[in-house]
Amino acid sequence: MTLDANLHGDVLVIALHGQLIVGNRQALKQRVLDDIETGTRKVVVDFANTGYIDSSGLGVLVSLAKRLRELGGDLRLANLNADLRTLFELTKLDSLFQIADSREQALASF
Amino acid sequence: MVSTSALDFRIPSDLAQIEAIVAQVVHRCRECRFDARLLSLNVPVALTEAIANAMLRGNGEDAAKEVRIRAEVSEVRLVVEVEDEGEGFDLDACAADPTTPENLEREDGRGLFLMRTLMDEVVQVEGSSHVVRLTLRRR
Repeated sequence: MTLDANLHGDVLVIALHGQLIVGNRQALKQRVLDDIETGTRKVVVDFANTGYIDSSGLGVLVSLAKRLRELGGDLRLANLNADLRTLFELTKLDSLFQIADSREQALASF
Repeated sequence: MVSTSALDFRIPSDLAQIEAIVAQVVHRCRECRFDARLLSLNVPVALTEAIANAMLRGNGEDAAKEVRIRAEVSEVRLVVEVEDEGEGFDLDACAADPTTPENLEREDGRGLFLMRTLMDEVVQVEGSSHVVRLTLRRR
């Protein structure tokens, strides 16, 4: 998994390329935590190029969203494929996250 | 007559190796014409969970300890056994429901839930606290 991070105004957009799983979740977590340290409070994770996520990947998203909300911000998700949506529904995490159909929609939601 | 093919891997407890093993099992399931959804969701997620569990919980993240993954794939079903070299653990002791309100915001605790939800059967092999068997019928 690799990630591209870009600022759109005050929103950090992270596009993942590959699966978000136990072996690489720390890269996403550390990147967002580093940006939180420098003032970032709004984050969009774009899953357009991600096939699946495991429980560790889901856990990192939960943890980061919780931290950002404590600081008055949020972490929102975009471009989930049908499998990813199913994962969020099975785990009921769809009730915890704002999930947008596109990156633009996620950006506009802030 | 059902033809079955087998895969057998021994890998160190290195999380970075999981994805490649999972890809090989998915490939073999694709050859046996498993449904696309099983190939893109059920098999990779459940198998990733099982191998990660063996490395992290079973082997306690000790890189010197190995995980063995044996998969039998046919046009009827996939059976995978994941074996660690650790102290063993009780699968049923990890049965908290991660979807309840009090657990929903926890970072951990979804692995076994996903394995059980995405597979037809997840059991500890009788007589061994080191081997977890996952079974998924082809559809």
